[in-house]
Amino acid sequence: MAAPALFSADGMVGIVFLIMIAVTLTGGFIAATAERLIRALAGIVICFTGVAGFYYFLNSPFMAMMQILIYVGAICVTISFAIMLAAPEHSKKSGPTNLLSGPLGFIIAGLVFGGMSALALRTHWQPFTKTASGTVREIGIELLTTYSMVFELISIVLLIAIIGAIVIARDGRTG
Amino acid sequence: MSLLTIHQYLTTYLVFGAMLFSLGIYGLVTRRNLIGMLIAAELMLAGVSLNFMAFNRFLVPDPAVGQIFALFIMAIAAAEAAIGLSIVIAVYRHFKTVDTEDLVNLKG
Repeated sequence: MAAPALFSADGMVGIVFLIMIAVTLTGGFIAATAERLIRALAGIVICFTGVAGFYYFLNSPFMAMMQILIYVGAICVTISFAIMLAAPEHSKKSGPTNLLSGPLGFIIAGLVFGGMSALALRTHWQPFTKTASGTVREIGIELLTTYSMVFELISIVLLIAIIGAIVIARDGRTG
Repeated sequence: MSLLTIHQYLTTYLVFGAMLFSLGIYGLVTRRNLIGMLIAAELMLAGVSLNFMAFNRFLVPDPAVGQIFALFIMAIAAAEAAIGLSIVIAVYRHFKTVDTEDLVNLKG
């Protein structure tokens, strides 16, 4: 495939994708390495926003919206509440435990990354012909027909998780 | 294959998902704070979801399946975050710390 011109529509799409990669990687790097927890949280917000952009590129604006709504809007806000409730000022720094854990973690993460990307690059992926287009309408129909059992189960799991979270966090509270 | 067209290839997304996953592993191994480890676990989940969505876009006959799968991962991640953070708060009430170095009651 020939490379598109930089200032054509395709070229602009490519540039936006590269910017998205940079944003997501920066966010993920901050989330994994920042010394203060609240900065790691800000990093993961940036990272999740970038991942939502990837979902948009993967033909799924619905999932991009859900990513922003659930991850950025709900999970990250919950984590920020937990940081404010449960991280005293003197322990808000959370660097590596000892001198060895940083390099060891780097080696392990590097091995996992190398292995998985070698697997992705060497495998010959065989695409199937599409039988559907994956619109929001189709997702809704499949959720309530083929996957209705899983849908109900996940509702119960979420309900139990909410009740359990309240019960666990309530324990030991005075007043 | 130029740098401007890499968004049309499955491998780009797979390598990128692996990158997010290994960043999460690095965070999980090096952090010594429970909340920091939870943040790293969320990073790993994001990498996994990205893999599912990439396969869903490029390989699967019915592209609704992968989106439903990623949606379920999000629901499980939300439940995990709620339970995990309430445990962190309970641990903090009990021990007055969330540092994994200090939570050593069962250590021999």
